[in-house]
Amino acid sequence: MNYFLDAIQWIFAPVWVHGKSRIVNDIIQRVGEHVGYTLVSVAIATAVAVPLGYLIGHTGKGKQLAVGLSGAARALPSLGLLTILALAIGIARAPIAAVIVFFLLGVPSILAGAYAGLETIDRSTIDAARAIGMTEWQILTKVEIPLGLPLLLGGIRSAALQIVATTSLAAYIGLGGLGTYLFAGLGTHDFAQTLGGAILVAVLALAFDAFSALFQKFAVPRGVAATQAKEVRIRPHRPRAVVGTPTS
Amino acid sequence: MIEFRSVSKEFPDGTRAVDDFSLIIPSRKTTVFVGSSGCGKTTLLRMINRMVDPTSGQIEIDGDDIAAAPPVQLRRGIGYVMQNSGLLPHRKVIDNIATVPLLTGVPKKKAHADALELLDRVGLDRSLADRYPSQLSGGQQQRVGVARGLAVNPNILLMDEPFGAVDPIVRADLQNELIRLQRDLDKTVVFVTHDIDEAFLLGDQVVILQKGAKIAQVGSPTEITENPASEFVASFIGVDRGKRALSIKKTAHGSILIDGEGRAAGRLVTASVDNVVASE
Ligand SMILES: Nc1ncnc2c1ncn2[C@@H]1O[C@H](COP(=O)(O)OP(=O)(O)OP(=O)(O)O)[C@@H](O)[C@H]1O
Ligand SMILES: [Mg+2]
Repeated sequence: MNYFLDAIQWIFAPVWVHGKSRIVNDIIQRVGEHVGYTLVSVAIATAVAVPLGYLIGHTGKGKQLAVGLSGAARALPSLGLLTILALAIGIARAPIAAVIVFFLLGVPSILAGAYAGLETIDRSTIDAARAIGMTEWQILTKVEIPLGLPLLLGGIRSAALQIVATTSLAAYIGLGGLGTYLFAGLGTHDFAQTLGGAILVAVLALAFDAFSALFQKFAVPRGVAATQAKEVRIRPHRPRAVVGTPTS
Repeated sequence: MIEFRSVSKEFPDGTRAVDDFSLIIPSRKTTVFVGSSGCGKTTLLRMINRMVDPTSGQIEIDGDDIAAAPPVQLRRGIGYVMQNSGLLPHRKVIDNIATVPLLTGVPKKKAHADALELLDRVGLDRSLADRYPSQLSGGQQQRVGVARGLAVNPNILLMDEPFGAVDPIVRADLQNELIRLQRDLDKTVVFVTHDIDEAFLLGDQVVILQKGAKIAQVGSPTEITENPASEFVASFIGVDRGKRALSIKKTAHGSILIDGEGRAAGRLVTASVDNVVASE
């Protein structure tokens, strides 16, 4: 309990440091770095995994390969990979190494969310869309993507969560982020700082998750949400938040 | 007019679903493909809008070989109604009906106005326009499916067991509705069913199929009932038993008709041949 109080105290006793243009709270700066790495990695992972996932989901081809590679990527130990990559491409380009590792971490969930989203759509819905004269592109954009959205967003959400937690490792190769406090505290036996850092990571992860949940709620079109809700025939319903968990 | 010329279809796994099938489907009439499960009805139907391409043979619509027509354009000109409605679950009823018109650039306002009229046509209340398909009963969904099939005002309407998944009362409703619609619209309807009663009720031309889409008999319901081409047809349409095997029984008060199970099916009255044909 004492550690915990110490940690809270540590969080609220700001250390002022020189930022780019003015003096800022060190914690704010670290949070900024942390969020920055997370967003960049999630964005790149999304940009790569979504088209790939859609290709697999729409054509039904290449799924075995994707599952295999995703499994392999998931099994990679992040810390080890980060160290090796940073050493291999040079510590000066360490940020690139970090983003590559976090990207690899995020791809499997997003890929799975993208193709599972398409895969779970009733075949007869797609067949009917084709039979009334939609082009393949229209089937993808007007049927498959909207109907697959809940699972895709679920995939991105879990990728973001994993990355936000793992970004703590960035500090291990001197890139800052909230991990700085974990490693610094461990090094100096300043457990208030370690615990404080851990609490901040946890709070940030929760904030990310809450934000993703809200985004999911508002980004899923009403009609798509309606298809997910049950017992809709009993009375006029309100769409509820759709939480999709991709399976792979 | 749709013409099948020696059409065969062998699927990649070696299944020969259609074996040398030839038939003329007259315009503005209802042609029904009827046969037991797996005999190739759906495959035949889907070859008309190129959802399935034949392995050999030709299909012509009004004299033009459809193999030369781009599938998307071809499909947009042909109405298609399937068993489980195939509606887009994330779109409102009105947008489902207007799907193809909207794709082909009809202004939204007009497409929606037309869709509302189609709701009337298929006997649905306009208040359903803003619902999602999951908020409709199975019968209502089928009606919306029919409305969507009619949205481009096609000459040809393909229907694959459209009333197969609804209860008998609703089915009878939908069948009557289709008969009424067809009287107004005069489409070339190609209808698939495995229910011979439905085939005789709806069809001007009934095509009884056996495995591999082999034609057992083609004709009007009257012709087929009068003169079944084979044992198979006779037993398939049930003239040798059940409610189509009627016999006359003389009673003290006149003649009554008895069906295959010995139940009274009706009273014998004299009817002109014209009336009989008209009621088919
Ligand atoms: N895509 C396909 N690949 C392989 N075989 C197929 C395919 N589609 C249909 N078949 C086979 O072709 C045959 C005819 O199928 P079809 O769907 O045309 O039958 P059907 O008369 O419509 O049957 P049902 O009344 O059950 O709908 C069946 O043996 C079926 O298994
Ligand atoms: Mg079928």
